[in-house]
Amino acid sequence: MTRTTTTARRRGLAVLAGGASLALLLAACSDPDGDAPSESESSGDAMSSTSIDCSAYDEFGDLDGTTVNIYTSIVEPEQATQEASYDAFEECTGVTIAYEGSREFEAQLLVRIQAGNAPDIAFLPQPGLLNTIVNDYPDAIQPAPDATVANVDEFFSETWKGYGTVDGTFYAAPLGANAKSFVWYSPSMFADAGYEVPETWTEMMELTQTIADEQETLPWCAGVESGDATGWPGTDWIEDVVLRTAGPDVYTQWYTHEIPFNDPQIVEAWDTTGEILKNPEYVNAGLGGVDSIATSPWTDAGFPILDGNCWLHRAANFYQTQWPSGTTVASDGDVFAFYLPTDQTDIKPVLGGGEFVASFADRPEVQAFQTYLSSADWANQKALSTPEGGWVSANTGLDPENLQTEFDQLAWETLADENAVIAFDGSDLMPGEVGAGTFWTGVVDWLTGASTQEVVDRIENSWPM
Amino acid sequence: MSWLLEPSGVGEKFLVMFVAILLFVAVMSLILFVVDRPKRIPNWVVALGFVGLPLAFLLYGLVRPALITLWNSFFNRNSTEFVGVDNYVTAFTQPQFQKVLLVTAAWVILAPLLSTVIGLVYAVLVDRTRFEKLAKALVFIPMAISMVGASIIWGFVYEFRPDQAGIQQIGLLNQLLVWLGFPPQQFLIGQPWNTGFLIVVMIWIQTGFAMTVLSAAIKAIPDDIVEAARLDGLHGMQMFRFITVPSIRPALVVVLTTIAMATLKAFDIVRTMTGGQFGTQVVANEFYTQAFRQNNQGLAAALAVVLFILVIPIIVYNVGQMRKAEDIR
Repeated sequence: MTRTTTTARRRGLAVLAGGASLALLLAACSDPDGDAPSESESSGDAMSSTSIDCSAYDEFGDLDGTTVNIYTSIVEPEQATQEASYDAFEECTGVTIAYEGSREFEAQLLVRIQAGNAPDIAFLPQPGLLNTIVNDYPDAIQPAPDATVANVDEFFSETWKGYGTVDGTFYAAPLGANAKSFVWYSPSMFADAGYEVPETWTEMMELTQTIADEQETLPWCAGVESGDATGWPGTDWIEDVVLRTAGPDVYTQWYTHEIPFNDPQIVEAWDTTGEILKNPEYVNAGLGGVDSIATSPWTDAGFPILDGNCWLHRAANFYQTQWPSGTTVASDGDVFAFYLPTDQTDIKPVLGGGEFVASFADRPEVQAFQTYLSSADWANQKALSTPEGGWVSANTGLDPENLQTEFDQLAWETLADENAVIAFDGSDLMPGEVGAGTFWTGVVDWLTGASTQEVVDRIENSWPM
Repeated sequence: MSWLLEPSGVGEKFLVMFVAILLFVAVMSLILFVVDRPKRIPNWVVALGFVGLPLAFLLYGLVRPALITLWNSFFNRNSTEFVGVDNYVTAFTQPQFQKVLLVTAAWVILAPLLSTVIGLVYAVLVDRTRFEKLAKALVFIPMAISMVGASIIWGFVYEFRPDQAGIQQIGLLNQLLVWLGFPPQQFLIGQPWNTGFLIVVMIWIQTGFAMTVLSAAIKAIPDDIVEAARLDGLHGMQMFRFITVPSIRPALVVVLTTIAMATLKAFDIVRTMTGGQFGTQVVANEFYTQAFRQNNQGLAAALAVVLFILVIPIIVYNVGQMRKAEDIR
């Protein structure tokens, strides 16, 4: 009997000890203002951040020691320059910016919002995603603070403000801008062969035919493979051509579904694109047949230009950052780009894109940071902290002198051109089922043998009612 | 106590994990202590004391989400409107999804059968040879490679480059074709063969598992049966057909069904190699696409339920055969 009592007592003690150690641990750790581990300073080019006016953030009160979390799809190599551009704000206010980039951003963001674990700020790569969030999680997203709205009114056009607006409420200020209507080429190859940069679509097609006749290599190279987003570079092609063959008005009717996706005007644009992309005489230089466009990663689809295997590659301004290190991007360098020409005489359509700053918290430090990102100060800081280039903004307060590369200045001029009609990436404005679904897969099917009519009919049928 | 609910940084997350473990130990020891205190208590109380917590966790972490998924599958894209069986109708009538089901069926039929057959033949061939250990190790090694890793390896094997001046093939298969004088092929584009080339990856991974289990089963066949068969004049194929296969039938079924379950979940291979393009989409990957890219929770839930229903008979059969295999022993 004694034995059992001792074991029982021992067990009782063990339970007590377990409970006690837990209590101790909890007590030891419940330090309410435990400092968050300090972020290591971002390794951007250190630059004097005295050039911004700190008084703009006085109205938000004392922010010293607070933290703002950012969640974004912008990962290396652009991440370092993004973080460097926040230094000025961090020095002004004492706020720490915790940056989290993820390639799975689009899927994860919605999961995090659902789980009540939304970041303070997210950079949305499409207005379509903003619409989804506002419609599905109206309680999570915060309208933009007044100071941000004032900045946007001052530095951005109505059109850009419109992309960040849902049902009359302004949520998300534009961050960076993309200009997608560019064709990359090798200036030296052009000079050696005696070719001129084409000024109109017709000239470009003539040049294409000339290259196909005279040269051993095919004129165009293209690639739309992009992991589980495969197909998107192809949608940019189609959108650019819709703008040129049907015009901006039809383009707007197209992405708002006022006209069906299989409207004859849209079919015509696909077929015009097909004159290049589905013509085995013109593509796919150094990469294979027409179907190889579907399997060539977009990130290196333009590289044959460097080996002299390819002459022309249509890709956005951010393709500048994709070229292998050591490539000189300049009008007299290894590669450069020209505006994708048009036969329209009155306008120059530019396919654009961009990120938008949505916030899920209304703490003063978050609002202050939103305000900073929408200011001319930030745009200029970002330009200065991006020595390799590949970044431009629609912010009118941006001084083009601060853009570090010749090509970025060209991109900025293209966006700022008085005849420029900026049209936002259509697939980003369409409902997700189409813009990030059937339009992508449609492009892939189209490049691997399906007819235009077949593909546009299927996309039209998938449009949500 | 905010760090407990919202840990930031690795250190705090580890701390929370540690707290959770301690909490579990404390609660568990308390329960067991309480159960152990009184004399002569009914058996079910003791049993509940031991399995109660895990059962509660299972109910909360497995059964509850399954029921929520089932519930969501009868609602629209963001679970705001009841739509009845519309999602299921979509999944079974739209050509796009019919094709997904067809491709999944191809996977579930081909991958387990071929893996098992190859594994079985291999196990019989190398049985009791001098180099058995080495031969088995070679086939077993792919088991240790993750599906994504294997997909990347095979992606390079299938890699295509055009056959023209100044271009080097980098894919093993296409280089072999070029050496033999054939034009290089786009293995991952041509339907329906591309699905076959993806299934090869699954077979490559699963054959090692089949071979190991079946080899053990073959070695367990009693020698006197084999001797008796020999005396009756059975040799080679007949021996294999009438003695080996019937003796290891339960093991064969367990291997087949286990690989079938793994195949139904084939998501990583398809996602890594083709992203479901070119008509290679399977249910598991389509469900992910609908849930996280298209943000259509209703259809995604319906596809998940379809997958769940497909796997039930296989599991039931598998468990039954396992019981049988144990009874024989």
